[in-house]
Amino acid sequence: MGIDSIKSMKREDFKNNEYIDKLVEELNATGANVVVGKFDELINWGRANSLWPLCFGTSCCAIEFMSLGAARYDMARFGFEVARNSPRQADYIMVQGTIVHRMAPVLRRLYEQLAEPKYVIACGGCAVSGGPFKNSYCVLPGVDKILPVDVYVPGCPPRPEAMFYGLMQLQRKIKVEKFFGGANRKEKIEEFFAEHPEEKGQIG
Amino acid sequence: MSQLQENIKKIYPAAEFEEGECLLVTVKEADWHDFAGKLKNDPKLGFDVLTAVVGMDWKEELGVVYYLTSTTHDWEMLAVKVTASGDRDNAYIHSVTDLWKVANFQEREVYDMYGIKFIDHPDMRRFFLRNDWVGHPLRKDYDANPELNPIRMEDEINEDDTRSYKLENGKVKEVPGKVFEENDYVVNIGPQHPSTHGVMRFRAAIDGEKVNKVDVVSGYIHRGIEKLCEGMTYPQILHFTDRMDYMSAHQNRHCLCMCIEKALGIEVPRRAEVIRVMMDELMRISSHLLSFGCTAMDLGATTAFFYGFREREMVLDIFEKTCGARMSMNYNVIGGVIADLHPDFCKDVKHLLEIMPDRLKEYHKVFSGNIIARNRLVGVGHLSKEDAINYDITGPSGRGSNWSNDTRKKHPYSIYSELDFDEVLLDGCDSYSRYMVRMKEIEQSCRILEQLVDNIPEGDIRAQVPKLIKLPAGRWYQQVEASRGAFGVYIESDGSKNPYRVHFQSPCFNLVGVMDLTCSGYMIADLITIGAALDFVIPDIDR
Amino acid sequence: MFDFGKWTACFNDWLLGLGMADWLAVLIECVIIGVLILLTYTVLALFYILYERKLCAYFQCRLGPMRVGPWGLLQVFADMFKILIKELICLKGTDRFLFKLAPYLVITASVVMLACLPWGNGLQIIDWNIGIFFVLAVSSVGVLGILLAGWASNNKYTLIGAMRSGAQMISYEISLGLALMAIVVLAGSNPDIHPMKISDLVTAQTDAWFLFKGHVPAIIAFLIYIVAATAETNRGPFDLPEAEHELTAGYHTEYSGIHFGFFYLAEYLNLFIVSGIASLMFLGGWMPLHIPGWDGFNDIMNYIPGIVWFLAKAFFISYVIIWFKWTFPRVRIDQLIAFEWKYLMPFALANLLLMAVFVAFGWHF
Repeated sequence: MGIDSIKSMKREDFKNNEYIDKLVEELNATGANVVVGKFDELINWGRANSLWPLCFGTSCCAIEFMSLGAARYDMARFGFEVARNSPRQADYIMVQGTIVHRMAPVLRRLYEQLAEPKYVIACGGCAVSGGPFKNSYCVLPGVDKILPVDVYVPGCPPRPEAMFYGLMQLQRKIKVEKFFGGANRKEKIEEFFAEHPEEKGQIG
Repeated sequence: MSQLQENIKKIYPAAEFEEGECLLVTVKEADWHDFAGKLKNDPKLGFDVLTAVVGMDWKEELGVVYYLTSTTHDWEMLAVKVTASGDRDNAYIHSVTDLWKVANFQEREVYDMYGIKFIDHPDMRRFFLRNDWVGHPLRKDYDANPELNPIRMEDEINEDDTRSYKLENGKVKEVPGKVFEENDYVVNIGPQHPSTHGVMRFRAAIDGEKVNKVDVVSGYIHRGIEKLCEGMTYPQILHFTDRMDYMSAHQNRHCLCMCIEKALGIEVPRRAEVIRVMMDELMRISSHLLSFGCTAMDLGATTAFFYGFREREMVLDIFEKTCGARMSMNYNVIGGVIADLHPDFCKDVKHLLEIMPDRLKEYHKVFSGNIIARNRLVGVGHLSKEDAINYDITGPSGRGSNWSNDTRKKHPYSIYSELDFDEVLLDGCDSYSRYMVRMKEIEQSCRILEQLVDNIPEGDIRAQVPKLIKLPAGRWYQQVEASRGAFGVYIESDGSKNPYRVHFQSPCFNLVGVMDLTCSGYMIADLITIGAALDFVIPDIDR
Repeated sequence: MFDFGKWTACFNDWLLGLGMADWLAVLIECVIIGVLILLTYTVLALFYILYERKLCAYFQCRLGPMRVGPWGLLQVFADMFKILIKELICLKGTDRFLFKLAPYLVITASVVMLACLPWGNGLQIIDWNIGIFFVLAVSSVGVLGILLAGWASNNKYTLIGAMRSGAQMISYEISLGLALMAIVVLAGSNPDIHPMKISDLVTAQTDAWFLFKGHVPAIIAFLIYIVAATAETNRGPFDLPEAEHELTAGYHTEYSGIHFGFFYLAEYLNLFIVSGIASLMFLGGWMPLHIPGWDGFNDIMNYIPGIVWFLAKAFFISYVIIWFKWTFPRVRIDQLIAFEWKYLMPFALANLLLMAVFVAFGWHF
């Protein structure tokens, strides 16, 4: 179940392989039987190829995301185009743009409204680290302070190609995960919230 | 003594004048409201537009600098400096919201940032920051300790209670009020909503499908750019302008560069001026194409959106070749532009100009001519010319109300005075006019590009500028016509390498101010239409 | 014309020949039919989702899904697997029973309607003498599901979406019914048939389709039907109940996982159903295209199986309705209601009268 088993996305076409290798190692440590593994592959194929984004953009990155959907880049080719406006129906949240103090609880609320399994992509310098506004009095220095981020896409704003790369990395990540019998993502998220107790607040 | 000075002396003999780039009058707080009324209503003065409200902290005292424009007298500008009364914790100034409606949100911003209370302002809530925020960030003595204002993850309580301040026997007294009536059915739109073009939040009181009142809650992307600027050198602050209204990146940056160049007395080479203007107009085309696409998409015509984006990509290609980026180009620098044009630039621009007329016809066929689109846009969101002036709605939205306000014509900057182009004016006062002004402005921008594309002079692209840029002490205000209206930059310098105060007067800030006025009485669906036709960009409002 | 009924009769005889009791044979047949319907339903809905996604991509100068399977054929299956395993969220403060009931109501209504459509000669489950009336009646149950979904979600957006939907569907059902009534009147001119029995209606079109038989009033009825059907299925430009840009996702905003999937499937299948009814009522259902006098041509057309004719006609009408959606902007709620009550319904009524006059004077073919 390593990344070499993903036939459509070869190891040598991608960077950041160590990260996925590490993830696979962690997952394998928990073990899973073969039957479930096969079934997993089918489910994961479905999940990885049907990533519906939540429309969530705060600034310039959102415009590039619109370009991603427009004719030249056309994210529909990958089946990403079913952008849902309701978080209940989306699979991942792509944080496009700066998150400020006032927005932070809203973003966390949106994340909690997503239905499991859910993923987070931090898109653009501001979402990754606060970007050029890092020193401001009311800017969050990276969304990983409040959400468990799966993929980081740097850039200001990232080019549509970079967004594709980030999305494909997410696909690879999903493909090596075990949906049944493996490490439960929900536990991991709980763990993340346990590690960031001061920010958990009373949302729920 | 100038004519203006004489006229002002007549209505307010105690005025103190300061000559500068434009006349600055210092007024005592107690006389301010009275004086403001005369400035607006005296036919010899006629300052009917409040262009900018800049909160200031001069360390010993707080205050506000107002920039006024007279549409009747050759668009003359006047700055008025008012120092707040009361001590630092209870500083107050009389509100001028009753004279210029645009002051409503502007004064709320100043209150938020400086804690100056505006007497008789109807709705003195914070504008950008959470209502439980401690302190006023733009004050020089603001305590930036993160423990005072941690990242609060609990939901913000909706602020239904508002307050206004009255002056009684020299004491400021708080009067409570309500935002909504008790029986209003309030629907929350945003901050995460597909049609608010970002993270704007409206709270609409509706009756069935009819909207009665819209309460604008802003600040979901307030990044504190003005405060950040105060800690940076002049070349460092340039990049912020690209990230405010990212659809007017070139114009905004052009404005800031011009303001600094004006203060330093730098002459920009002719080649750089031409390049700047061409980039500005390309940016305008790209912005209006996006606006066309988004308007169509908000009304449900998704395909038109894709057509708009198809041509926008061509403009972005031109940017990418010369500037190296599709968005956030960082192209203008103090004294000129950062890099020379790409060899393909002229060819690409000519190609764009060649196809644009046909494509515009296609847009009209696909969207503007459609009966449903017309029914959705015509007569929706009425904004009269008087209101447009009172709310200072510049740009295509104001010109859709037949108010001639193009900064390129009124205060010609760069090489615009030499160019032959028309100011597009329509008198429908509705969403359709605003939309059509944009479409026609694309034609005008093409016309400007046609005049320039074969006439780019040879020469330097950058003037010689000192290594360390220090502005002399003083204040400057510069306006340009950005894609959405008059964008202004105010810089106050104390002579050091950092600006003492930078204020960006963004056109979208005023646009969102008319949402309540234009939406009341229309339907929920119209709220989306009106928002789309006003075409505001949220990071430009919040800064 | 080949009669599919022979096969089914054969199967029934075989079951009885095994010495099976009557009730057991009927039960087995019912189970087989039920499974077949559900399978058809799923496959059709998945096909329609891909059909629309590909079509809209071509309208918009894009390619559409193409990376998952050849030409993106497997895209919808990936979506299906994903949506099946998504978490089902039930909210605090909602009426749980109604909240969970709503998607099933919507999907049941559309399954029942699908079950009533004949795909070919004899390829039909129940051939009632009031078939078309029954289909119209069942289609109204779907509204109930949508209203419930909006109400039970305890959310202002869903409530507004549901109210819009209720107003819209109830209004447009009238025009829809009146347009179909015009055809029933036309069919009723023939004393040998039941004018509401779907198989009879199709058989009556053997020589020429009703669209041509009834010419002027039939064409008007067809146009009215297409407009009303577009509104009835909540598709653009009448997609107000789920107006994305006003109400995020309308009445199903709060539904996740397969519950949302049900709404999604039902929406696409309703599109097939209204297209199917149009094909049956106006374009001759499984009847091939015949042009009187062109015997050679007619013989060639007869070689194409009836089921292909039916599906091709239905897909063509769906194509037109999808074309509407990706071309027109959305109308506003007051414009929508005004359009129905001020223009469409009076027109449909007048057209019914016109059809009656045509039939009375025998001006039809």
